[in-house]
Amino acid sequence: MSQTAWWASESLWRKSAIWVTGVSFILLIYLTFDTLPYIKAGGINVPGFSVINKRIDYQYNEVKHRYLPVIGQDEPLFGKMLTEVEAEALVSKGKLTTQAKNCMACHTLLGNGAYFAPDLTKSWIDPAWGSKETREADMVAFLMDPTDKLHNSIGRRMPNLGITLDEAKATVAFLKWMSAINTNGFPHNFKSLDQSDAPAAAAPVTAPAAAVVAPVSQ
Amino acid sequence: MTALGIFSSANLNGGQKLAMKYFAVSLALFGAQILFGLLAGLQFLMPDFLFGVVDFSVNRTLHVNALVIWLLYGFMGGVYFILEDEAKHPIVGLGLGNLIFWVLTSAVVIVILVYLLVQVGPGEMSSIWLINEGREYIEAPRWADIGITISMLVFFFNVFATFSKGRYTGIGGVLVLDLLALAGLYVFGMFYTPNISMDQFWWWWVIHLWVEATWEVLVGCIMAYMLIDTMGVRRKIVETWLYIEVALMFGSGILGLGHHYFWIGTPEYWFTIGGFFSALEPIPLVAMVVHAIFDAGVHKMKNKNHPALGWTIAQAAGNFFGAGVFGFMHTLPQINLYTHGTQWTASHGHLAFFGAYSTAVIGFFYLAAQKARGNVWMSGNLPGNGWKWKWAMALLWIGMIGMTMALLIAGYEQSQIERAIEGSTWMGYFAAQEHPWFIQAMVWRQLSGYGFLLGYILLVWDLLTIGKGETRPAQVVETGTH
Ligand code: HEM
Ligand code: HEM
Ligand SMILES: [Fe+2]
Repeated sequence: MSQTAWWASESLWRKSAIWVTGVSFILLIYLTFDTLPYIKAGGINVPGFSVINKRIDYQYNEVKHRYLPVIGQDEPLFGKMLTEVEAEALVSKGKLTTQAKNCMACHTLLGNGAYFAPDLTKSWIDPAWGSKETREADMVAFLMDPTDKLHNSIGRRMPNLGITLDEAKATVAFLKWMSAINTNGFPHNFKSLDQSDAPAAAAPVTAPAAAVVAPVSQ
Repeated sequence: MTALGIFSSANLNGGQKLAMKYFAVSLALFGAQILFGLLAGLQFLMPDFLFGVVDFSVNRTLHVNALVIWLLYGFMGGVYFILEDEAKHPIVGLGLGNLIFWVLTSAVVIVILVYLLVQVGPGEMSSIWLINEGREYIEAPRWADIGITISMLVFFFNVFATFSKGRYTGIGGVLVLDLLALAGLYVFGMFYTPNISMDQFWWWWVIHLWVEATWEVLVGCIMAYMLIDTMGVRRKIVETWLYIEVALMFGSGILGLGHHYFWIGTPEYWFTIGGFFSALEPIPLVAMVVHAIFDAGVHKMKNKNHPALGWTIAQAAGNFFGAGVFGFMHTLPQINLYTHGTQWTASHGHLAFFGAYSTAVIGFFYLAAQKARGNVWMSGNLPGNGWKWKWAMALLWIGMIGMTMALLIAGYEQSQIERAIEGSTWMGYFAAQEHPWFIQAMVWRQLSGYGFLLGYILLVWDLLTIGKGETRPAQVVETGTH
């Protein structure tokens, strides 16, 4: 055994390790600063909290070839228009509730969490709520006492977590806000609840077809 | 030193005595992890089982938290175990280290009891501070976060000061810097924000930069020592490899963080960055396999601790398959769109954590068992041909592979039925959960879990008895020329 080849030299690799780590880390810091404006509330991809005053939908975008949130006309949550500050307080209360009740230990949010119960990213516009007229009340009632409200044939139920009326409403606000985040098309192929102004399920045949295409913004 | 074959702390140096305490708690929490995993798994099959008493969410939280804590305890034990020998100096601040062990352990016990008995709180900051933060893996309430951070700083002080007073080796230098990063990252998980995108952005700094960067390097350090100690591999070789691994691991893993930034509100360019760099992450893992096999081959498998070497090779292979292969499978955004948050993720999570980290800690348990009995013989020709350690290992692996494969099948089924066909609605979710293929997979996961439990029981029995009454000293390994 003669000398160590240059490529097997200890000091070469020590230096490489330091440089590679340093450069990667600096790039990560740079990218983080670049990303923050996208993900701050009211940022490029994440809406401000007062978006809960609007109708929120999720539609396939022909240009992007993916599903994207569509923010529509005024549709205040629980019939009450909120300022950005009020909306933030409400959503924050809801977010705190999801943490204190540990929702993520059964559900996923934005696809992260546990896999025992459905993803909540788009739960606000999930067709399972039936109609947009009853949705708010149904969601609140479900959160407050879910144990007898099954969505499946295998008997999997959500436990009663002691969620109060205020917490339930705030949680709905949080879920509505979350559904407006641009998640680059996750979940894919999701068919949202019919939120057109025509009465939904029992729509008379005479309902004007034009009403289905809701105005995109006011 | 007492007689060979007798389990006595007189056989150990100061750091190793402390390490034994960490190992004991670690092994017990490993058992707790399995127990709560089995309960959670059973609730997939029998949803009414313990419903409203110890719900799935509680079992799962305990399962994953016990996992994180027993691995951290195992690592801390591993570091304390090698520290004095590596630095050639008694541990600086050992008294403080001992104190912190008790503080940390009391905190862990309280946190577990609160999870189990209080479970949830009102939607207020007080719940975050006292009960549960509700963020996977780092659910521990804020008061405990602060306690953990302080403990980590004391631990870091022990390591740093001991190397500084003694000698800095290559392993020592990498270890100190890595621990600093590991402890520092934890702080990014300690704030509240109403913004879920912001929340998850920083949450992944902790989770990903732990398991795919700093933990990998930490394990690289302690396994490097293991190779030197049990096989007599030359330090220069091991340390050169360690640097190569650090370069490859951090070079791919730091920006590989981007594979968690596809769908949480982050900009599109993460598709490219996350996909590309995380696709490179298997490379260092291949390098580690090559390294372990090469060393074992060069030394003709001659080594002084067969179970530890067995688990070292298992670590290299498990890391490669669990993290490298199973991670790579769903790391590109084109695939991840359909697999994100399905049982695919759970499949990978199980094989990766077990393959990369549990194996390393178990290897150290064996090293500790050997030293605690006065450095007894643990090479070939063990009583009963070493059937206990061999069967423990076989059962743990069969159980783990069984679970992983079952979850992978469930994941395939979900990505087809729930995602591709049904479009990820609640109905789509349950269409997949109700499907016989899914249910069968859950049955197989559960059965494999019982096999895993048997392996654990055998492992504990073996660790407590191996080397008992052994009169031969450990095989001498000469420091090789390779
Ligand atoms: C020992 C190293 C690793 C461990 C312990 C590990 C563990 C995990 C765990 C537990 C999760 C789930 C996190 C959650 O609960 O949401 C996860 C997710 C993920 N891992 Fe790893 N991992 C490792 C290495 C890797 C590597 C090397 C790759 C890629 C080559 C990878 C790719 C992924 C991806 C893409 C996800 C996201 C899955 C999803 O979208 O749901 N992992 N990992
Ligand atoms: C008897 C053995 C085990 C059983 C029955 C079991 C069961 C489970 C169950 C039911 C979950 C929840 C998955 C979900 O949300 O749908 C889970 C999650 C998890 N388990 Fe286990 N487990 C076992 C052993 C282990 C071991 C040995 C490890 C690691 C060394 C491990 C690591 C994990 C991780 C990382 C997660 C979170 C996965 C994710 O979020 O993607 N488990 N386990
Ligand atoms: Fe990752």
